Amino acid sequence: MGSRASTLLREEEIEEIKKETGFSHSQITRLYSRFTSLDKGENGTLSREDFQRIPELAINPLGDRIINAFFPEGLDREDQVNFRGFMRTLAHFRPIEDNEKNKDPTASEPLNSRTNKLLFAFRLYDLDRDDKISRDELLQVLRMMVGVNISDEQLGSIADRTIQEADQNGDNSISFNEFIKVLEKVDVEQKMSIRFLH
Amino acid sequence: MGWLLPFDNLLCMALGISFTVWFTSLLVFIIVPAILGVSFGIRKLYMNSLLKIFEVSSSHIVSACSEKDKVTLIMSTLEQEIQELRSSSTTLSSEPEFEMADIMSFCRRGVESIVDDEVTKRFSAEELESWNLLTRSNYNFRHISLRLSVLWGLGLLIRYSFLLPLRITLAATGIGLLVVLTTIVGFLPSGRYKIHMMCYRICVRALTAIITYHNSENKPKNGGICVANHTTPIDVIILANDGCYSMVGQVHGGLIGVVQRAMVKSSPHIWFERSEVKDRHLVAKMLSNHVADKTNHPILIFPEGTCINNTSVMMFKKGSFEIGCTVYPVAIKYDPRFGDAFWNSGKFGMVSYLLRMMSSWAIVCSVWYLPPVNREEGEDAVQFANRVKAAIARQGGLVDLLWDGGLKRGKVKDTFREEQQKLYSKVLVGDQEDQAEDRPLEFSTLRPEEDEETGRLDRQGEEQPLDSLRLREDCCLRLQGNYTLRPPTEEKEKKEEGDRLGGPSEARPQEHCPLRPET
Repeated sequence: MGSRASTLLREEEIEEIKKETGFSHSQITRLYSRFTSLDKGENGTLSREDFQRIPELAINPLGDRIINAFFPEGLDREDQVNFRGFMRTLAHFRPIEDNEKNKDPTASEPLNSRTNKLLFAFRLYDLDRDDKISRDELLQVLRMMVGVNISDEQLGSIADRTIQEADQNGDNSISFNEFIKVLEKVDVEQKMSIRFLH
Repeated sequence: MGWLLPFDNLLCMALGISFTVWFTSLLVFIIVPAILGVSFGIRKLYMNSLLKIFEVSSSHIVSACSEKDKVTLIMSTLEQEIQELRSSSTTLSSEPEFEMADIMSFCRRGVESIVDDEVTKRFSAEELESWNLLTRSNYNFRHISLRLSVLWGLGLLIRYSFLLPLRITLAATGIGLLVVLTTIVGFLPSGRYKIHMMCYRICVRALTAIITYHNSENKPKNGGICVANHTTPIDVIILANDGCYSMVGQVHGGLIGVVQRAMVKSSPHIWFERSEVKDRHLVAKMLSNHVADKTNHPILIFPEGTCINNTSVMMFKKGSFEIGCTVYPVAIKYDPRFGDAFWNSGKFGMVSYLLRMMSSWAIVCSVWYLPPVNREEGEDAVQFANRVKAAIARQGGLVDLLWDGGLKRGKVKDTFREEQQKLYSKVLVGDQEDQAEDRPLEFSTLRPEEDEETGRLDRQGEEQPLDSLRLREDCCLRLQGNYTLRPPTEEKEKKEEGDRLGGPSEARPQEHCPLRPET
């Protein structure tokens, strides 16, 4: 019955989250009731099993990687994420509003800026967090997305070609800046945003 | 001590009178009408006055908190995403076109499903638009005003001190009568069914269930199967109140076992031993035998297999649709304002659930009898099941989902993920097969019991796995027509290729979903 705990979310916390993530008050309360409904153990945190219980996420080919994004500390199975961490990760997917583009340039970059969205996508590839997408890492993600339907050789050549096109400094891997360059024509704001009706 | 006596007498008299009055009024106003099948209309009056109170209180709530906006997520569908991917590729070369931005579609869909998904919310109580003065449904409605709290307190008093004892008494009477009378009548040849009806009527009053039956001309007839959407065990009482059915289920111990044995004495029901439930051949055979005899009552089956929260209809298991007799669909929709009827079996046991039911305001529901259907030529059991499900969902105003209700407890099968991977591979490598591009995607209706079956279900019986789209009516209609089965050879080829490449292990765990046959 989830959201009885919405009364446990204090106003000050909502304000803090609002400042940090930019979500509106009603969006935060709604996401909090979603958080509590996913939290089967009722201890205020989510584990990986809680995420995997969502069928639509479990069948997503990149489901595991997305879940990883919520647990930045490591790949330890005992990881838990609390509501603040949950919101911080979700904040990457907030649509960029027009009035934010003209904000104070000295303020720190919002979580849902184009760069941060790209960084999120980059981290989906870069499993070992060495700020480089190696050929192996690229192959891994490709294999996750196509399953058994494409042969190793074909997949290998796809990976080689992608690296060839993106790599500029010749180290046979894709750094974050090279990644940004490759995607400069892509409408990242639209592809990496979730939309609410309010 | 002598001065106590007059008080003693007084007390006895007062109690004695009140007990007699209590019992007599119970008898006159509730039990006798139940036996005779008439109604004073007290429940309808009660319902209407409750509605008025809710209206008053909801206007109060609206004026108090102006910010009651619903935040709804706009979910994208897999088809939309795939279209986007295709439109962005400008060349029609046979070379695989991969872009690093492709992961963004999957990523976004994943995050959307984290924020809101179609399945997990079906297994918990529905959220209400406006508070109905029950603590249990008090979500975002914190303390609003004194008047409302007083009203709530009054309601609490009435519900727990008056309604609850009344209902428990009635329920006990009803069940007691059922057991006693069916045992007696079991020795006599005729008049069996009237006993059942009478006892169900008492039980209905015990729950203060206000039921409206629509389209009674379509009521299930003998020798058929009645299917309905499942929300709570009380569904049985609600349907049996208006007609005689044969129940199907597992033999339980305890009180329920006693009731089951009593019911069998006066009319045939199909109760299985726990060990027999898994044996689908046996189950199917017994059902067929039952419907073959045209004097038997229609069998009541809930094909979802588990309780869903009455906002949607989930996958119908095809077992009951293979028997080959007439199917009578019934749609049941509860009004959530008066009490949430959904049985969240993970959270509440049967007894606490019944207590909650008896301490709600009432159970108000509508039952629609839909026109009987038969399996058509060239339609297999799954298509038939989906057709019936769509009709029920449409009538009851429920969302038609193709997800399996067993996901309440079990994990989803890997085949669905493989289907998504296949779709994406097509985008990469181009459409090499001759399948139509707009082929509607369909869910596999595999369940672990079927996996274990040998011989009965060969590969041809399987459907293609579907996408997890929330179906709207037009999609349902499409399903009936453009429907292709994957030929058996393709499956084998895929398997061999997988083995050759040493790709992701083919371990499709057969015991993936630990479904319980009865919930």
